[in-house]
Amino acid sequence: MIVDKLQQLGQHSIAKVQGIGRATIMLFGALVAWPTPRKSFPLLLKQLYVVGVLSLLIILVSGLFIGMVLALQGYTVLSKFGAEQMLGPLVALSLLRELGPVVTALLFAGRAGSALTAEIGLMKATEQLSGMEMMAVDPLRRIIAPRFWAGVISMPLLALIFTAVGILGGHLVGVDWLGVDGGGYWSAMQANVDFQQDILNGVIKSVVFALIVTWIALHKGFDAVPTSEGISQATTQTVVTSSLAVLGFDFILTAVMFGG
Amino acid sequence: MTSRKIEVLVGLFVALAIAAFMLLSLKVANSGMTGSGETYMLYAKFENIGGLKVRSPIKVGGVVVGRVRSIELNTEEYSPVVAMEIDSQYNNFPETSSVAILTSGLLGEQYLGLQPGFVDETVSILKSGDYVEDTKSAIVLEELIGQFLFNRGSN
Repeated sequence: MIVDKLQQLGQHSIAKVQGIGRATIMLFGALVAWPTPRKSFPLLLKQLYVVGVLSLLIILVSGLFIGMVLALQGYTVLSKFGAEQMLGPLVALSLLRELGPVVTALLFAGRAGSALTAEIGLMKATEQLSGMEMMAVDPLRRIIAPRFWAGVISMPLLALIFTAVGILGGHLVGVDWLGVDGGGYWSAMQANVDFQQDILNGVIKSVVFALIVTWIALHKGFDAVPTSEGISQATTQTVVTSSLAVLGFDFILTAVMFGG
Repeated sequence: MTSRKIEVLVGLFVALAIAAFMLLSLKVANSGMTGSGETYMLYAKFENIGGLKVRSPIKVGGVVVGRVRSIELNTEEYSPVVAMEIDSQYNNFPETSSVAILTSGLLGEQYLGLQPGFVDETVSILKSGDYVEDTKSAIVLEELIGQFLFNRGSN
């Protein structure tokens, strides 16, 4: 019946809105408090290591390969027009504006986001979070806040590293292998890349993606059904939801920043 | 994992990110204007600017001395007026100088070629806000082909 469908739709919408509300309350509780640097800095440092440093390898390797593939494919087309000189701008602009922030966010969601969700979900399942509350330790402050800040800080840094390594990878293939002029590679890049328009907008993008991915990962873990099945579902949802959110927001941000 | 080792690795991570940012901002992006950043404005009126864009380079003998600041249409004659932002280091162009819209290579980007003119007692030096009178418009390929066909037809 049509009324049943309507009811389903309503139920679904209410559940979504409630989810967003719970996520906001969680974030608010974690972040809005008197800062206690002496207590929270070591926690943040530990999370920076887990979230940032341990993601470094996958970021370096995939950045290198994406830069190399871009140069290889770009060269195929550009050499048809005798415009190999434009290989530098092609690699630099596509990495700075799109691929750096977006691919880093997707990899980050898969590498660090899923781990965050599983960790917090398991803490909830084994009642560690309730145990903390029993000891008058606020789990939002102790568990959520350092992980959130670690994600927000480390992802833009990872995106910068990804982009730089990608441009060097493009240099490796374009200049050292395919024989594009090395001076032209850098000078055409400098002529076409603008600090504010390209680099700063790329950094803004990666900050937005960092907020989205980390927030979704933490919320899914914190909100997980405390069973083994619930945790596995939450982990899957983290990767799917944050990837879709990143791609959606990327379109919006690109339209605002570069579209007319 | 001792806390010291974690701190070292996080420090290394941040240092790597700073190095990446330095590489991007110094080696990849153009560092704004050439020279000190002090600039002055000259204007030039063209009939047709072709594919000239804001921020296109202005070159004297191939050396970039400034960039196009804005391109606007003069509402009285409907001819485009190009505002040129030129490095103050090069402030000695006589009023007999000329600007032409040139193309780098066959399909490359368009830029402004500034050609300094002769100097004698009657010629004054261009100041900020002055117009360069002698201008050559962009060559539009379609017009050139049209002219060529027209000439062949009449022969």
